Amino acid sequence: MKITRRQMIVLLPAAAVAWKYVLAGTPEASPNYKMTEHWWSMLIDIPKCIGCGNCVRACQTENDVPDGYFRTWVERYNVSDEDMTNPHVISPDGGKEGFPVAQEDGEKYFFAPKMCNQCADSPCTQVCPVGATFISPDGAVLVDQTYCLGCAYCVQACPYGCRYIHPVKKVVDKCTLCYHRITKGLTTACCEACPTGARQLADLKDPKDPIHEFLKTHSVQVLKPHMATGAKVFYNDLDGSVR
Amino acid sequence: MSVFKDARHLFRFAGLFVFAFLVFLVVRHDVVPKSFGQYGHYRGNAIGEIAAHPIKFAGHQACESCHTDVLDVKAKGKHANVNCEACHGALAKHADDPSTVTPVKPDTAVICAQCHTASAAKPKGFPQVVPEEHSTGLPCETCHKPHSPGMDAGGAK
Repeated sequence: MKITRRQMIVLLPAAAVAWKYVLAGTPEASPNYKMTEHWWSMLIDIPKCIGCGNCVRACQTENDVPDGYFRTWVERYNVSDEDMTNPHVISPDGGKEGFPVAQEDGEKYFFAPKMCNQCADSPCTQVCPVGATFISPDGAVLVDQTYCLGCAYCVQACPYGCRYIHPVKKVVDKCTLCYHRITKGLTTACCEACPTGARQLADLKDPKDPIHEFLKTHSVQVLKPHMATGAKVFYNDLDGSVR
Repeated sequence: MSVFKDARHLFRFAGLFVFAFLVFLVVRHDVVPKSFGQYGHYRGNAIGEIAAHPIKFAGHQACESCHTDVLDVKAKGKHANVNCEACHGALAKHADDPSTVTPVKPDTAVICAQCHTASAAKPKGFPQVVPEEHSTGLPCETCHKPHSPGMDAGGAK
């Protein structure tokens, strides 16, 4: 059979496309972990937090978070009796190196760790124009960094300020709820490093998880409930001045 | 057949449209990742890629599988619920290769103060001291066992 130049022009691109699929093969499946069996959340127990900054340091180590950027950070609230709605909030370097010593002055002080709220109806995933950020079937809000354009729509959409543009990769970066750890049966880096148990990873689909009993018996809140984000980071004993 | 004969240029034009549409379908099929839409409007394989990131904190289960002696001391003391890497740092590399990667012993004068320095912002029940008054810069392990620091519970050295 003789192939003319004209036929060659048609055949070559077709062969190139076919070869790409031969090389690609089939994607690897992750063993023993079923996404449909989990619905991840986090419990933050405010009365247990001592503001040591271990969680911030652990997160930066585990996830190579650049200096000056935070996937999680700790805020210290100082509320005076006369001005309950205007708390004085500090978070020096995200609380990474701890906080200045507070003197007993009769005012209220407490620490509030912040992180991605892993919203079930997340505003950030809804605004992505290319489908680079999404809620995984097990409830983690993730970013596909190979697909992200770095347009930062989601950075503006997050009501909790939990996203940033990575200064080197120039794409969006955020808390993954240590997805690479929880899918291997480990807890998150922040929970692993927290010395007082102020942070607890919880699986809402696991009927044996102590989170169910805790939510029933404690005064628990999420941040900005009026925004109907379906936030899954639960705060125990949260003061009304935290926003 | 004169109708079709006169309309031949239209068929050619329609054929061009069909061809262009087919080209569009082929190009689209090629540039859209195969796993896009597997679970939703995103690349399904991204989940597996994120899950495949390496870990840096080994997790206390890994530590406890070897260091059972420390676990026994710790389980009886006030630090029973403090995970190893909260003080010793991320040690997944040590867990993978215990003989060549050896962790540095933390300086108790620094690491203990990160949690136990007195501040009005800390919960009242949490044990806290003013380091300058309490130990005048001596390492805490001079008197306390770091793995079981309570003085009344056999923690004193």
